[in-house]
Amino acid sequence: MSAELAVRDVDDAATRAALEVTWAPPRGVLGLLGTVNHKVVAIRYIVSAFVFFALAGVLALVMRAQLAYPEARLVGPDLYNQIFTVHGSTMMFLFAVPVMEAMGLYLVPLMVGTRNVAFPRLNAFGFWIYLIGGALLWGAFLLNAGPDAGWFAYVPLAGPDQAPGKRIDVWAQMITFTELAALVGAVELVVTTLKLRAPGMSLNRVPLFVWAMLVTAFMVIFAMPAIMVASTMLAMDRLVDTHFFNVAEGGDALLWQHLFWFFGHPEVYIIFIPATGFVSTIVQTFARRPIVGYPAMVLSLIATGFLGFGLWVHHMFATGLPKLGESFFTAASMLIAIPTGVQIFCWLATLRSGRVLVRAPLLYVLAFVATFVLGGLSGVMVASAPLDLQLHDTFFVVAHLHYVLIGGSVFPLLGALHYWLPKMSGRMPSEGLGRLTVAILFVGFQLTFFPMHQLGLAGMPRRVYTYLPETGWGPLNALSSVGAALLGVAVLLFVANVAWTLRRGARAEDDPWGADTLEWSTTSPPPAYNFVHIPVVESRHPLWTHPSPRVVTGLRIDVREVLVTDAIDAVPDHRHMLDGPTLYPFLTAMAAGIGIITAIFTPWGITVGVVLTLPPLIGWFWPAGEAIAGTTREKA
Amino acid sequence: MRRPVLDVSALPPIAYGSRTTIWWGVLGLIAIEGAALALTAVAALYLRQNFMTWPPYGTPPPGLAAATANVVLLALSVWPMYVADRAAQRERRLPVIIALGIACVFNVATLALRGFEFAALNCWWDDHAYGSAVWLLLGMHAAHLVASAIENVLLLALVVKGPLERKHFVDVHVNALYWYFIVAVWVPVYVLVFLAPRWS
Ligand code: HEM
Ligand SMILES: [Cu+2]
Repeated sequence: MSAELAVRDVDDAATRAALEVTWAPPRGVLGLLGTVNHKVVAIRYIVSAFVFFALAGVLALVMRAQLAYPEARLVGPDLYNQIFTVHGSTMMFLFAVPVMEAMGLYLVPLMVGTRNVAFPRLNAFGFWIYLIGGALLWGAFLLNAGPDAGWFAYVPLAGPDQAPGKRIDVWAQMITFTELAALVGAVELVVTTLKLRAPGMSLNRVPLFVWAMLVTAFMVIFAMPAIMVASTMLAMDRLVDTHFFNVAEGGDALLWQHLFWFFGHPEVYIIFIPATGFVSTIVQTFARRPIVGYPAMVLSLIATGFLGFGLWVHHMFATGLPKLGESFFTAASMLIAIPTGVQIFCWLATLRSGRVLVRAPLLYVLAFVATFVLGGLSGVMVASAPLDLQLHDTFFVVAHLHYVLIGGSVFPLLGALHYWLPKMSGRMPSEGLGRLTVAILFVGFQLTFFPMHQLGLAGMPRRVYTYLPETGWGPLNALSSVGAALLGVAVLLFVANVAWTLRRGARAEDDPWGADTLEWSTTSPPPAYNFVHIPVVESRHPLWTHPSPRVVTGLRIDVREVLVTDAIDAVPDHRHMLDGPTLYPFLTAMAAGIGIITAIFTPWGITVGVVLTLPPLIGWFWPAGEAIAGTTREKA
Repeated sequence: MRRPVLDVSALPPIAYGSRTTIWWGVLGLIAIEGAALALTAVAALYLRQNFMTWPPYGTPPPGLAAATANVVLLALSVWPMYVADRAAQRERRLPVIIALGIACVFNVATLALRGFEFAALNCWWDDHAYGSAVWLLLGMHAAHLVASAIENVLLLALVVKGPLERKHFVDVHVNALYWYFIVAVWVPVYVLVFLAPRWS
């Protein structure tokens, strides 16, 4: 039995009508808590991540207000500790990683030409677990129980002796929630990409953004377990008196650093690689030509994925490791500049040889390239062990990490949202407002973070709540705080643009930018089932090379059926029925949430969690026993 | 409208092995749990550097009986699981019930043995970092056994009396894949927790 090429009469209207019924969004409570539509889940994910971004941004503004002049009295030392810890932890675990995965969860099924992610219910579960983790961190912070040992919670500072109370336990369990969610998202992305691609989309035709998400997902799968292990050990040291990090009983504080950075360095690439996917997509669309060096781009992504795991020790140069080891990791840290450099040259070459159309998303990308080159430079500087010893724990590091994280990821992310907003919302964002946003963002960013390099060289340590006038750090800090206010304005402008788009924006066509990937071949916004017919792919740029492609027929349309293809060449293999909406993933997440939060106070939380999750899990997997005899197919 | 199509109606509605999405999903789970176990093992070896002797002075090395019995038991359990796996791929209900039932018995027996293994560690988790490390390693593997027991029993119940659909045979099939993983990782955990302390 195999798929058959033919020429047939295809009744689009009838197919669409049947799909509308089969994939109809659930209403009421089920619609609110039970939806499994990847687009709805992803948009909730993105909106939640932005809420956390805004909250952490407010904390950043509070820090900048406090540091704006010497001996400010806005916040005291204890609150300041909580603020920078919650800011950093929120930005990394509740904003950056989730928002990137969420973009993938929205776009990947559309870009590979299928109807949903591979495991729709699991996907919904991942979102709810993430949301509970975020609520936990912020709930605790509002109750003055926010973690306060920095976003990497170094022991012994975070250990039971020096950090009594529950603040660090909140941090450790927040990690449990967010890593669980990240791992769920990663498995979804891997399996959707490998098994649900439209027929003909062999690996060498996969869009670069999808490649980027695939590499990212693999990195998540191998990096996140490190921090789950580490935070579990930390929680156990604090709760049941194990001695993993207790030096007196043979434990080891450096073990924490190794485990944390074995996750933490790849984490930076988990945030950055999706951003390169945005950049490649945007550059290609607005240069109006295929990206230069597609194979080199793919290989660079894969190389970055591997190299990202070889670098973690460069965060520990100040711990007095063996000299040879330090040299090795210095070299490896420099090596990773190569694949990144290759990508930058490919983008520039594409722009140079294309017929460039300057639009707001491209301006975000240009702001990214400029900023990232600077950030990369300071990165190569701190990658060298001798220099790092001088700059370790100063504001130089704060400057560097924001250059990479904001310049390298947030700029492309905002550009990507502007770019895909027409698809997501069905309306066009304001170009003028977009350009204004980029300009203010760029200026605000440089004003905020460039002076921090100098502050670091002048000796200002990070994580201090204030400083004396005699240090002379006042003027540059004031400048930085003004920049931060501008950054705040830019973010507000961005939000205003989105709000304006949703209310007033002009209706978007299917493919308003003239792009090449499959998500632009369906309506804006896409229907619940994404495509009336699964497309057949015959080139790397389906929308540029054959406007009226062959389509797939013969899938059942009375149930949620998708086409499974083989992992390498996307040859049609079998038909597969996806699960529909249900409350059980939500209930399972709630039950697990109660268990994990109880585990902050007593180890019995684990037992509570297992017992509570069992009933909803059974409900989740027990077949509903609906009639599955019908076999309505697309008319073919 | 007449147009060129790719008609997939003749493709099967079900498949096994690496052709399916769920197989890849379970492989992802195995990768995640494998990575977590490997990192924990490396952490244990790292902590070992802090000790003159492993186990530390005053702690006897762990007893071998229960753990070694479990090596045998887990190895044997592969057989009924494999039979269930094959029967599932041929979509034959009764053989699946029998073989999966036997596998469940094995699973519960390994869990009972696990209780004796913990006792045979000859220390508590809060004695020293050695104790913490061996309890965590053994506990992680025990957690897999518990999860698998729940899964096996539920699957069995489903095959016996649930409204059985063809896709549930695929579930039995990938459940076996996960079980093979649990059996396989027991070997390094056994070596690290029970044998290695006798070598130093
Ligand atoms: C929007 C503007 C932002 C401003 C004005 C800002 C400001 C700051 C400042 C002043 C600190 C240093 C606190 C100290 O050491 O005393 C800091 C730390 C940090 N920020 Fe930001 N930040 C911003 C956005 C972001 C973003 C988008 C991310 C990540 C995606 C991020 C991640 C971090 C991290 C990880 C730390 C380190 C926290 C720690 O020391 O534990 N920040 N930020
Ligand atoms: Cu790093």
